[in-house]
Amino acid sequence: MSDMSYVRSEMLPERAPPASQIGFVGWIRANLFNGVGNSILTILSLIFLWYILSALLPWIFAPTWNSGSLNECREIFGADGGHGAACWGVIRERWVQLLFGFYPEAERWRPIVGFGLLFVALIPVLFNMISRRMNWVLLLVVLGLAGLYLGGALGIIAGLVLLGAAGFVGFKAFTTSKEDRAAEIASGAKRLPNPFIFSAIYPFIAPWLLWGGSIWLPVGAALGFVVGYFAYRFLAPIVGSLAGLIIAVLAALVWWLFLTGGFASIMQSIIPIGLEAVESRNFGGFMLSITIGVVAIACSLPIGVVLALGRQSDLLIVKALCVGFIEFIRGVPLITLLFVASTLLNIFLPPGTNFDIILRVLIMVTLFAAAYMAEVVRGGLAALPKGQYEAADALGLDYWKAQRLIIMPQALKISIPGIVSTFIGVFKDTVLVSIIGLLDPLGLSNAIRADQDWNGVVWELYGFIAFMFFVFCFSMSRYSMYLERRLRTDHS
Amino acid sequence: MTTTTDPHQGQFRLSMLLYDSRYRSMTIQIVALIGFLMLIGWLLSNTAQNLADLGKEPGFSFMLEPSGYDINQRLLDYNSQDSHLRASLMGLLNTLLVAAMGCIAATVIGVIIGVLRLSPNWIVARLSAVYVEGFRNVPVLLWIVFIMAVLIETLPQPSAFRKGEASMSLWDTVAITNRGVYIPEPLFSRSLGDIHVLGSSALRFDVSLDLLALLAVLIAGILTSVLIKRRADVIQEATGERPRTWHLRLGAIVVPFILVLAVLGFYLGYPELKGFNFKGGTHLRNSLIALWLALSLYTGAFIAEIVRSGILAVSKGQTEAASALGMRPNRTMSLVVLPQALRVIIPPLISNYLNLTKNSSLAIAVGYMDITGTLGGITMNQTGRELETVLLLMLVYLTISLTISAVMNWYNESVKLKER
Repeated sequence: MSDMSYVRSEMLPERAPPASQIGFVGWIRANLFNGVGNSILTILSLIFLWYILSALLPWIFAPTWNSGSLNECREIFGADGGHGAACWGVIRERWVQLLFGFYPEAERWRPIVGFGLLFVALIPVLFNMISRRMNWVLLLVVLGLAGLYLGGALGIIAGLVLLGAAGFVGFKAFTTSKEDRAAEIASGAKRLPNPFIFSAIYPFIAPWLLWGGSIWLPVGAALGFVVGYFAYRFLAPIVGSLAGLIIAVLAALVWWLFLTGGFASIMQSIIPIGLEAVESRNFGGFMLSITIGVVAIACSLPIGVVLALGRQSDLLIVKALCVGFIEFIRGVPLITLLFVASTLLNIFLPPGTNFDIILRVLIMVTLFAAAYMAEVVRGGLAALPKGQYEAADALGLDYWKAQRLIIMPQALKISIPGIVSTFIGVFKDTVLVSIIGLLDPLGLSNAIRADQDWNGVVWELYGFIAFMFFVFCFSMSRYSMYLERRLRTDHS
Repeated sequence: MTTTTDPHQGQFRLSMLLYDSRYRSMTIQIVALIGFLMLIGWLLSNTAQNLADLGKEPGFSFMLEPSGYDINQRLLDYNSQDSHLRASLMGLLNTLLVAAMGCIAATVIGVIIGVLRLSPNWIVARLSAVYVEGFRNVPVLLWIVFIMAVLIETLPQPSAFRKGEASMSLWDTVAITNRGVYIPEPLFSRSLGDIHVLGSSALRFDVSLDLLALLAVLIAGILTSVLIKRRADVIQEATGERPRTWHLRLGAIVVPFILVLAVLGFYLGYPELKGFNFKGGTHLRNSLIALWLALSLYTGAFIAEIVRSGILAVSKGQTEAASALGMRPNRTMSLVVLPQALRVIIPPLISNYLNLTKNSSLAIAVGYMDITGTLGGITMNQTGRELETVLLLMLVYLTISLTISAVMNWYNESVKLKER
């Protein structure tokens, strides 16, 4: 009987996948050449890339860094030099102006230090990975470098001392591990103060650094908060927390409106400390964009949150006011609000008021950003499940406690992408100030192109400005992705 | 026995306005209202005082005075003797023109790039991502000014066409110069003429009868085509076989249209080089082109992201379910994926159209005479009526915005998931 069959008794050894399915070749087959249509697309894209790069690379790497005018560039490259190769001389000659505008040369360290301190102030707000001590080290380093940059015997000594202190603390921070440090603290070693203190002081330092003048004005402004705080501290137990809060706010307002000026001038006559004042019309370039952007971003978030809460609230009149404000601001282009800033704001205020153009622009840009922010935050509030509100009520929290502890942390987390894209939008919109005559990078580029030497420069100048904006905005959007990852609490 | 505590029935005291939740919300609202009214009153009294000091009588009669300036790119007839009102109308039409052109182009760009970004082809997806990030992260005003400068600096002058250094494109029909682009214009040798509407008032306009006739024929053709489709549906439902109708449907639209064109004596007027400049054809100025290109490239990048997220929002199970039902890929796309994706895509899409319209106010940077350039630019500077012009300007934009958002709310309401 040939009723036989074979059954394999042992496993065959595993074989390697075919070479065309793995590694580089496999990847190319899967991603670039799977199918006729895809192959055609790939080839077309490669031709397109080659076309772009073959024009772009020689254009970028043109030896024109030292040329003094467009004509010199054209001499280097013949008649067609203007388009075949970049004329980088314009950037070399004008980059300082593009960064600082007409800010006096001797005072340029101030925006630089202000910018450095901005990062130090932002780090505890933005990142939680850096330790408390490293934050203070960074602050010391920035201040020390500023001292060295300023020069002079005093500056160099102060700079070296600060850098030395930074090195000392930094060395200790590096040599002691996290666990050792925790043990030290547990056994009663003194901790450094919270770096948020510096972040809170920064808003008073920065305007003083940029605009200069007496130091006692920002000190007076900061004292307003102290006055309010103490008024609340002492009055709240006596008259109740709400009345105490109202009186504290009133006290701070009275201090700011009527007493700060006197305080500043008296203190200035006793202890004159100050920087040389720089007028707003000397501001320009990216310094101006960053100033407007940072202030509008920082102020618009809290105002936007309040507006969003107002829009979601049960109080009809408050809701109507907030809806009216938000829809009005969102319905008109920013440029009309800037027209208001440049021509009308003085008409709306008491006769004789004439305050700084940058301040006026700041107010309007902040209001504009706040309306958009309010809509983003409202989206976050609406996306929150109703159970969260009910849970907060069930715990017996009052409105503000519920908002602060339960609703807002979640709503803001949901709306991070929207918030950051509003930030990016605001920063990009700062170029609009060139239309009302402020010298931001775009306004300066018009002036540079009107210069006889650089008449006809297009790509290099706008390319440089666009690149700078791209760097700022792109890093902001990457940061928002990082923040979303960091705050993600689900398990997917 | 009752376990609920009755509300305190005691005498009303003043402190209850703050501490009793029954009255507190009322107190807050009244305080807010009074504060708001006081703020408005304060601003108004300041304004009145300031205007009186400047010797300006607020009013809108200046809008009827002759404007005294020219508008180079316009859709209706206008000269410098016309009133500011008519100048503003020209501006408004220009705004709407560039907004409409921009919305169409931005949608086309956005859909293409958004779909390409989802392509399985690695290099194509990367290139689209570079496009999106590159355009989104640079201010639109920079793009406008940049494209304007490139147009002026790199395109040939009209004189270059005379010397033979440059030549017209597309079989000698389009002239691309650094003064703008000249394209052929449609003309009719047996024209029916125009109707003048509203006499010689500031809002007068002409209606071309040729255009009306063409529109009427086109609409009639489309209606016929729809009727043919309905009939095909009826036949399909009765017999199960669908008659071939695409040639009938196409013919119903195209044939009458071409006939009317022939009757009216349609021909194209080509631009020609005369003297130092091109004559004839339609002249699209650089400012219009720069604004249009910049707005559509910039907004296109945003729309690409919206399209991408809309397509990604339709879960894969939907496509698989459609395949399981035996649908072909293009039927799956048109019957299952798109209707659901559109619900996600349309609201942000419309808000981007709105943004584009508002961004078109940046026209003032390149001298395109939109409503900001006329009413908020030259009219404001010539009459010195900052308050009135800015108010009118805001009113115009507010009207456009509110109209668009009303349309959006209506759409949202109509496509909302019907929850039961």
